[in-house]
Formats: sequence, C-alpha cells, structure tokens
Amino acid sequence: MTEATTVPARRKRGWAGTGSGLPGWVFLPAVLGGVFIVLPLVAMLLRVQWSRFWELITSESSIAALWLSLKTSSASTIMCILLGAPMALVLARATFPGLRLARSLVLLPLVLPPVVGGIALIYTFGRQGLLGSTLDVLGLRIAFSTVAVIIAQTFVALPFLVLSLEGSLRTAGRRYEAVAATLGARPTTVLRRVTIPLVLPGLISGAVLSFARALGEFGATLTFAGSLQGTTRTLPLEIYLQRETDPDAAVALSLVLVVVAVLIVLATRARATEGSL
Amino acid sequence: MSRPRSSRFRGVVAALTGLCVATLVVSCSSGSSSTASSTTSAVASSSAAASSPLASSPEAPSSSKAATSSAAASSSAASAAPAAGTLTVFAAASLRATFTEIGTIFQTENPGSTVTFNFAGSSDLVTQLTAGAPADVFASADTNNMTKATAANLVSGTPVNFAGNILTIVTPPGNPVGIVGFADLASPDVSVVVCAPQVPCGAATATVETNTGVDITPVSEENSVTDVLGKITSGQADAGLVYVTDAKNAGDKVTEVTFPEAAAVVNVYPIATLTAATQPELATRFVDLVTGPEGQQVLAAAGFKPAP
Repeated sequence: MTEATTVPARRKRGWAGTGSGLPGWVFLPAVLGGVFIVLPLVAMLLRVQWSRFWELITSESSIAALWLSLKTSSASTIMCILLGAPMALVLARATFPGLRLARSLVLLPLVLPPVVGGIALIYTFGRQGLLGSTLDVLGLRIAFSTVAVIIAQTFVALPFLVLSLEGSLRTAGRRYEAVAATLGARPTTVLRRVTIPLVLPGLISGAVLSFARALGEFGATLTFAGSLQGTTRTLPLEIYLQRETDPDAAVALSLVLVVVAVLIVLATRARATEGSL
Repeated sequence: MSRPRSSRFRGVVAALTGLCVATLVVSCSSGSSSTASSTTSAVASSSAAASSPLASSPEAPSSSKAATSSAAASSSAASAAPAAGTLTVFAAASLRATFTEIGTIFQTENPGSTVTFNFAGSSDLVTQLTAGAPADVFASADTNNMTKATAANLVSGTPVNFAGNILTIVTPPGNPVGIVGFADLASPDVSVVVCAPQVPCGAATATVETNTGVDITPVSEENSVTDVLGKITSGQADAGLVYVTDAKNAGDKVTEVTFPEAAAVVNVYPIATLTAATQPELATRFVDLVTGPEGQQVLAAAGFKPAP
C-alpha cells in the first residue's frame, strides 16, 4: 500500500526533497556519494593536456590498444551472452539440489581479485595447466594470444550478465510462460517467443555491464595473457604502461576509455529503459 | 502510516552508522596491521640478534624489549635519546628482501627507532612522493626515476648510487628448450618474455639487444620484472629476461642461464634522503647503513653488484 502510493509520486514530482517521500537528510549522503564518484573523473579531466590530446590518443600504440580493446570486449560480450543467458535461465527457473551453491559459485569471479582470476586461468588454460596439454594436442596455443585476453575478459564479465538477466527473469515471473505452455507451445517456442522478448531489456543491460567490465579488465589479462602491442595489450594495459614514461598519454587514454564506456552505457541504457516501460 | 515509516528510517540511520563505523575499523586495522607486520619481523630478528654472541652490546636486549612494547620511542629513550622515531622508507620492489633485512639491522643499531617500508615500482613511488606521500628516504631501481624525484624537488642533497643489477636469463626448471646464451633467445621456436622498453628492466634488455645485434621477438612485454618471472615460474614461456637478484630469489622455481653480455649493462640503484623528511637524522643514518659495509654485505648476498 505504502509502496503503491509513494512510487508514482516520486516519478511525478522529480528529485526534490519535498514529495519524494524521503527525509531531507538522505540527500546529503546521496549527493556526497555522487560527488565522490564524479570528482575523480573531473580531476582527471583537468589534467588532460588538450594541446597534445589528439597526438597522444592517435599514436600507433594507442590506436592498436583501442582497437584490440573494442574487438576483445565485443567478442567476450558475445561469449558472455552465449554462456551466461542459459546459466541465468537455469538459475532462475530450474530447481535442483545445490542451486544455491551453484549461484554462489557463478558469482565468484565478481569477488575474486582479477589477478587471482588470472592465476587460476593460467593453471587451467596455460601451457602446463589442467587443459593445457589437451589444447596443445589440438594445436591450440592460448598463452600470449588474443584468445587469452577474451578468456580473461569473459571470466570476469560473465557474472554481470548472469546476475542482471536472472534478476529480470525473476521479476518477469512465469505467468506468460505458463499461459503459452497451456496453449500448446513447446519449451523452445516459449523461450524464444515469450521469455526472451520479455527479459530483453535485462539481457541488454547485462550485456552492457559485461562489455564495460571486459573493457576495463586489467588484472586477469596482465597475469594470464601478457602484454604485447596489437595482440594482448588492451587499453587498460597500455594506460598502465604509458604511465611509466608519459603520464600525459596515460591521462589522455584514460579519458578515451571513460568516454567509450559512458557512450556505450548511455546508448544502451536509453534503449533499455524505453523497452522496459 | 507515519509511525512505521519513521521507525524504518531509524533503522536506516542505525545501518548507516554501523557501516561508517565498520569502514573506519577496517581502514584503521588494515593500516595498523601493515605497520605491525614490519614491526613484528623486526622484533623477531632483533631478539634473535640479542641472543647471538655477536650482538652482545648492552643496547641489544633493551632494544628488543623496546620493540616488543609497541610504544618503542618512550621506553627506550634511556639508551639512545636522539634516535627514537619512525623512519619511512620508500624503496623499489626489487629491494624488498634486502631492505627488510637492513631495516632490522637499523632498528638494532638505533634502539627506539622503527622503520616502515613502502615497496613498489620506482615510478609508482615517485608518483606517490610527488602527490605528497610522507617519507624520509627514497631508494630507486634506476637513475631515471631518481632524476624525476630530484627534478620535483623531493630530494635533499645528492643521491648516492648504492647497488647495481644486471640481467640474466631464466627458464622453467631444467631449461627444457636448452637455452645456452643470449643469441638463442632470437630463435622463432623459443617463446621469450621480456620487460617493456618503458620500464628499467626493458630498457636494459633493449640495450643488450643493441650491443649484441640479437633481435628478440618476445611473446609478451611485461610491465615489471616480477610479471616476467611469473610467466616463467608458471611455465607459460620458454625463457625470460630478469635481474640476477630476481633469479636468485626465485630459487629452484627457475633455472638461471647467465650470459657474459649482461655485464656491460648495469642498472644502477640510487638512494637519497627527502626534503619532506620528518626524521632527517635517522634518514641520513639509514642511507649511511645501506651504503656502508653492513648494508653492502646484505645486498651482495642477494646478488646485487657494487655500484659502478
């Protein structure tokens, strides 16, 4: 009852303290939190050497790093969707013993320091790793290749897609699916025609989160894939390296990374909210 | 309707307060635990020193007692009044083992003093110092970063070169691909990991390549020598170029292949006291210890060369 009356009121009257149903003091820590997130970005913006900006971000190594980042992040986002969407469906809809444990395990990359993830990946896909000899037999050498970057990014980004999509699936409920099934639709048809269209906004925002996480991936890539221009040195690794000799270039590239991330989030956020309402 | 709401908000306030307190506690305890760990190690070895016949000077037992009670400064004032205080040393990551040992010696020789270290990449340390991080001494793994610190007016006096380090080849244990010299690294069948030219170990690698005319095509150019070492100890690559001290430190996790061309390219480690030092007297003593016979002995034992 309370929820039903306060939510539309907030929509109508905007953010102002009066009418939001919130006590005024909540706004102080909320604004402080906002400043805490935005201020470092502003501080970085103030350090950008605009006279050299274009020259810094169009250097050969910067362009190579940006392209590699966009390519690998796109590839790992596709991997996340291919692997993560079925995982989310199973976690949200199926019931089996150990479901809770399975969900906790899926979220593990979220809480692991990326470096630890990288070490774990080395011992799995590395040359002397668990699957290393098998892959060697198949002629696949993952170490120090772009594939290693995609594996590292997928590993850390997958939970974002699963979490986001599983949340949407639970919110959407099973009513329409049940109706479709009673009308004679087979499970695959229900999934394709009912479930997926219903949770598409959740899938999109999950994919965006995964892409953003993959774009920013650093620790696991550095540990597992190495760092070579055009092959494994993504934008975050390039920024870290540039910082050693040319802090201005590092700042300029950081700004590029921020702009790319903001653009992607804004573009898909807008579309996702339109879709959901 | 208003009553349950206000009680809910009281709950929120309580939760927020709890969160703040928790954050504070975590940040405090993590801060103090890092300091504590270095102090603890000092206690362990200084008491060991006290029990050994070599350190039978009258100060030794009192120093170990002082270090044990964490309020070191006050309780040891009787033995050496002017030396009391906490000395903060920023040192290159490759100096972790040796400087920790030298720090223990320092605390034994200067009862009442405590040495805390910040070990990181030299360029990170310069960035931190420029941003106002409080420190008394800076030891860099290359002259380049010390020059940066000097240019930023962080250094008081002239930096002193106290050690040198040269490159060596490391391979996974047993040297499976049979590397015998630097020229073997140019073979297309050998996957080699090196440091990126932007960092000191990579600059040294590039110089050796120029000197020898051997052109390595690495599979990865890492940001630090520890990352190179990691790729070798985990068996990801066939060979890597690291410093002799790193190879020595890695023990039997790697096989070292020395090459004569390395001797011509010495990476120089300078040390200096800082203008922002709150303990200038202790800072000078620490630099003297590092450059003196005792410090040099510790460094030599770890594989460092004398400063050229």
